[in-house]
This record gives sequence, structure tokens and C-alpha cells, in this order.
Amino acid sequence: MLLKKRTFLAGAATIAALTALSTGAALAQDKTKVGFIYVGPINDGGWSQHHHESALKMVEEIGEDKVELVYQENVPEGPDSERAMTQMALQGADIIFSTSFGYMDPTLNVAGKFPDVKFEHATGYKTSDNMSAYSARFYEGRAVQGTIAGRMTQSNIIGYIASVPIPEVVRGINSAYIHAKKVNPDVEFKIIWLYTWMDPAKEADAAKTLIDQGADVILQHTDSTAPLAAAKEAGGVIGFGQAGDMADYAPSPRVSSIIDNWAPYYISRVEAVMDGSWESHSVWEGIGDGMVGIGEITDAVPEDVKAEALAMKDAIASGEYHPFTGPLKKQDGSDWLAEGEVADDGTLAGMMFYVEGIEGSVPQ
Amino acid sequence: MIYLEKRPQPARALSYVTPVLAVLITMVAGGLLFAILGKDPVEAIRTIFWDPVFGEFSFYYRPQLLVKGGPLILIALGLSLGFKAGIWNIGAEGQYIMGAVAGAGVALALYPLEAWWIFPLMVIAGALGGWAWAMIPALLKVKFGTNEILVSLMLVYVAENFLKAMAIGAMKNPEGFGFPGSRNLQQYPSAHNTEIIAGSGMHWGVAAAFIAAIMAYILLNRHLLGFQIRLTGEAPRAARFSGVKPGRLVLFCMGTAGALAGLAGMFEVSGPAGQITTGFNVGYGFTAIIVAFLGRLHPIGIVLAGLLMALTYIGGEAAQSTMQLPAAAIQVFQGMLLFFLLAVDVLTNYRIRITLGEAA
Repeated sequence: MLLKKRTFLAGAATIAALTALSTGAALAQDKTKVGFIYVGPINDGGWSQHHHESALKMVEEIGEDKVELVYQENVPEGPDSERAMTQMALQGADIIFSTSFGYMDPTLNVAGKFPDVKFEHATGYKTSDNMSAYSARFYEGRAVQGTIAGRMTQSNIIGYIASVPIPEVVRGINSAYIHAKKVNPDVEFKIIWLYTWMDPAKEADAAKTLIDQGADVILQHTDSTAPLAAAKEAGGVIGFGQAGDMADYAPSPRVSSIIDNWAPYYISRVEAVMDGSWESHSVWEGIGDGMVGIGEITDAVPEDVKAEALAMKDAIASGEYHPFTGPLKKQDGSDWLAEGEVADDGTLAGMMFYVEGIEGSVPQ
Repeated sequence: MIYLEKRPQPARALSYVTPVLAVLITMVAGGLLFAILGKDPVEAIRTIFWDPVFGEFSFYYRPQLLVKGGPLILIALGLSLGFKAGIWNIGAEGQYIMGAVAGAGVALALYPLEAWWIFPLMVIAGALGGWAWAMIPALLKVKFGTNEILVSLMLVYVAENFLKAMAIGAMKNPEGFGFPGSRNLQQYPSAHNTEIIAGSGMHWGVAAAFIAAIMAYILLNRHLLGFQIRLTGEAPRAARFSGVKPGRLVLFCMGTAGALAGLAGMFEVSGPAGQITTGFNVGYGFTAIIVAFLGRLHPIGIVLAGLLMALTYIGGEAAQSTMQLPAAAIQVFQGMLLFFLLAVDVLTNYRIRITLGEAA
């Protein structure tokens, strides 16, 4: 017990020292220092690259004379990310964005040590006085994607490369399935779980397997362009850009894309730090707010399908249509949403079940 | 003509000098690399090697050296025993994972019970988890003569998948809204691997690493088993004649390495990492192989090498965020270290002869 108490006191002293230093460093400069940590390399063509590009856009928008960007790429989730963020805070960062789910607890730890630094964590659920959570309603994009996929498939088999079994990914599968089924009742989903967000070799293998099983549309929730490369090689197969536009593969196999557009959010949050109005919050923004973008639908998609997809996009953006609107049943046949009922955010946030019609089970 | 002549005995003095020489050459070559990338080489080298230890924020970085170096040292010590005897356990990463899963499993099963014996029990479970995983390639080698390099390496991938299954399945935090990852053991006092002196970075795993270094030193220099390990590595036939049982040696070396790797994993998951997550392992088990060789398979050398390796990680990260050096450049830099060590090793085993051509 004695040891514990001493530990606590000494710990408090360290925190005080850390805080004093960080504020000292922050005062020494006028520019607002913005830190970013990325889970992948900044040229991964997907998740991390898009965060980085949005960060660069933020700097451009606010002005290089007013903000200084520091970043670290390829940061493993866990203690290494805690060190990366502490390092940035020590060196005077005013706000730090940690852009992967696995940084959640480390961010919370560092936020506790630096009460004067603001933290923004992507795609998690924990917040504190100086730590916000932000995420995007990617499932809105999946609804548009599912519509195109359902119309385009000839074999009625759609392959889905799923990443890590968390609610976000499950939501995406459900949303894509519901909307593919709506326009094509014969559609069938084949899902492969990779348990990773990015691994070009595994993604390519998964895409090939799905194509071998007859899929002529490949949807992916992983970040590399490997599935598109596999689709191109196979021929007669289409896919979509994920996280980034992946326009190198347009007009086919890449017929459209779901784009993560974090720039507006980053600009508003950094500006909030600059004018002192920053407050901790937890937000979930979609197509309407501009956080989720739909990449150009190419000419490989017939005009009427394109129009249908864009109408869907507009209806979601205006709030007129919600991708999870009843009647919907869960996979086991039990009722989920009644006619006209719309899913609440709480259920969506923790969604770990498939809707009726999807085969297989969510790994857990 | 320049040619290499094998020395009858490796040069003793050189074997101590070459690691230092390798570090110096790495600094020069690394500096060149950074200069080509348009960064100030002197500043980069200073950021990597000097600032973490003596710079403005060294009060934070010094403890981090222990946090990062601790598991590397612990694993490398275990590996070095086998490497000395020519037993190649490449699967420490898997044993590290299994130790962490076993240790965390005990804690999560007992949550939220608070008792003094939980942490000791986790330590035992961690060591056993790693030991058991290492016993698979060890027993297969002894019984069926399989190649322990392949089996131990392949088991890393099995362990990784097991870890993922645990993170999204049995060990998932029931209060985590369906997200993968276990409860955070840092918030479970009985299971938390705390710092022995707060702010020092010295958690129980680091202490275990230093104790293991002393034990390994005694084992290798003062104990018959240590003699047998060295003898088997240097002269396997002579070892056999002097009564060494190779099978038992394999079981001992693999088992010890596995147990130490398991301990490292357990101390990591209950301390700095806190959680079983899908990406819990970050390559300590593989980096430890470099540490073992950089440290000349000698316990004290390994402690120094582990700290040096930790320094390149921490300094490398600092160089990334302060100078915006790309992560890949830092990885190349770390790779150079091993490359140059192996390269200058030639000097320990060979002599350079210069003659004026055949005709003369």
C-alpha cells in the first residue's frame, strides 16, 4: 500500500513537470502546432494517406504562417503510439489527432497527462475533457455503393473484403447488402474477413478467391489498391475505391469510391483551438456534412444506374433518407426495425449482427 | 591482390571493438542517407542518438528506453542460450504473444477480484504460456528431428491468429461496444504491472530483464550446463563425447527462451500496452534476434545492445516527428546497423592480406 501511495505521489509530480514544460514550449511560439499520428505509411493510397492529405489541406486553408504540422507515420497501436503523442505534446503541440481506433486508450492516457493539449481521436468511443471522438458515417457511402453493385453484377455474386470485425465494418456490410438486395433480389454476398486494415498481399488473395467463387463485383473495407489490381487482372470485374479515390484504376475496374474527407473537420477543430472555442465532443458526420464523399461514378456504369445512385446520395445528404430504414430483420429472422422506423445511433454504434439474408456469421 | 585469410582463432579484442565500429559506420552511412533526403545529417544523428539521452526531454525518454529495451533484452537473453548451442528459435514473437495471452487470461478471468496473488499468478502463467509454445518445436525436434527454425517461425503466425481470435472473441471487453480488445489492465490494480519507482520506466519486466541477465551470466560462466551449451555450439562432436545429451539441451534452451519471451509478453500486456488487442505484438520477438547478435550472445552485451536498439527506435521516432524524416528511412537506418555489424564481423574471423599480385 505504501508503495502504491508513493507511486501515486511521484506520478503526480511527473505529470506536473510534464505539464509545466509543455505549456512553456507552447508559449514560446506563435504558430499553432498540430500533431498527427498515422497507423500506416502516408502513401498507403487509403486510410492514412487520406488523413494526411486532409491535414495538408487544413494547413493550406488556415495558412502555413499560422499552423505548423508535425506528424509520424507507421505508428503501431499501443505503447509506441503513447510515446509518439507524448513526444508531440512535449514539443509543444497544441492539438493532436490520433487517426486509428487502436490509439484510443493510449490517447486517453496522454490526454490525462497533458490537460492543456487538445486531443482528437478517430473512430473510437472514449472521450474526456480534452479528448474528442470523431468518426464518419461510412455506411451512408456503402448504401450508394450497394446500389451500384446490385445493378452492375451479372453473376449476382458480390464479394466483400472485410477488415476487422468491429461495428463500423459490420455496418458497412449490412448497408451495402440492404441496398444491393433492394435493386436486385437475387444478389448474394460472399464475405472474407482479413483481420487487418491493410495488407496488400492478403487483400489480393482475398480478391482472387472471391473472383474464383464467381464474384464480379468486389467491395473492400481494406485500404490498399490490391483488390482493384486483382479485379483488373481478372477482367470483367468491378470494384470501388476505399478511403481514397483510387482514381488510377478508373474508369474500370474502379467505377466509384467512398472517400474519407476529413479536411473540413480538421480545419474547424484547429480553428477552434486557435480562437479558444475548442470543446470536447463526440461527433459522427456523413455525406451531408462532407466527411463522406462519393468519388466520381465513371462511364463504365450505365446512365440510369448512375442517376439512381446519385439520387440515393442526395436523399441521404439531405436527411430525407436513412440507409437503415425498416422494415428490416436481423439475420436470425427476428424483427429489428418496423416499417418506416429508422435505426438509432446507439444501435448502429454497437452493431455486431448481420441483417436477414447475409450468410455466415460475424466473427467474435 | 587483396584477399581474406581465415584467422585460426577469432580475434578477441576485435570482437569487442566491432560492435562499436558498426555503430560508427552506421552513423556515417545513415548521415549520408539523411543528407540525400535533404535533411541535416548532423542534426538527424543528434536527434536519434544524443537527444533522447541528454536532450531537453531526456527526463521522459530515459525511462522510455527501459520500457522499450526491457522486452528486447528479456527475449534476447533467452534466445542467446539456444543460439550459442546452435539451436535456432526464430519464433520468440509467437512465444511472446502466448505469454501475454496466458498472463492476461488469468487477470481477465479473475476480474474484478482484487488480491495480492493475482500478479504473481499472472507472471507464472505468462512464463508457462511462452514455455509451452516453445515446447512444440522443441519436442518435435527431439522426437521427430523436425527443423526448429521452420516450426517455431510458423507457430508465430498461428499465435498471431490466436491473439486476434482472443481480442475479438473470448477476451473482448464486454463494455467495449463490440469493439475488439480486452479490458485495460492498467485500470485493474491487482493485475497492473506498475513502475517500481514511478516515472523511472522501471516496471517489473525491466527488473526481470536485469535479473535474467545476471542469471544468464552465472549460468554460462559458472555452471556445468552453461559449459555444455557453449561446448555444443563450438564442438558438437566433442560435446557428445563428454556426455552432453543434445535432446535435453534442446528442451532446456527452447523452454528457457520461450518462458522468457512469454514473461516479456506478459509484462508488456499488463503494463505499457495494457490490453490484448489484434495488433498487440509489434515485432519484439524478431528484433530481439538482432539484439542477441549485436550483443555477441553475451548477457552484458545483450543488455547494452537492447538499450541501443531501443535508442534507435525512440530517437528514430523523434527524428520522424521533429524533422519529418520518413519512417522507411529510419527502418533502413536500423537495418544498416545489423548489416554493418555482420560486415565488420569479417574482420574478427578473417585477416586482410594485401600482396602485389601473383607475378611479384
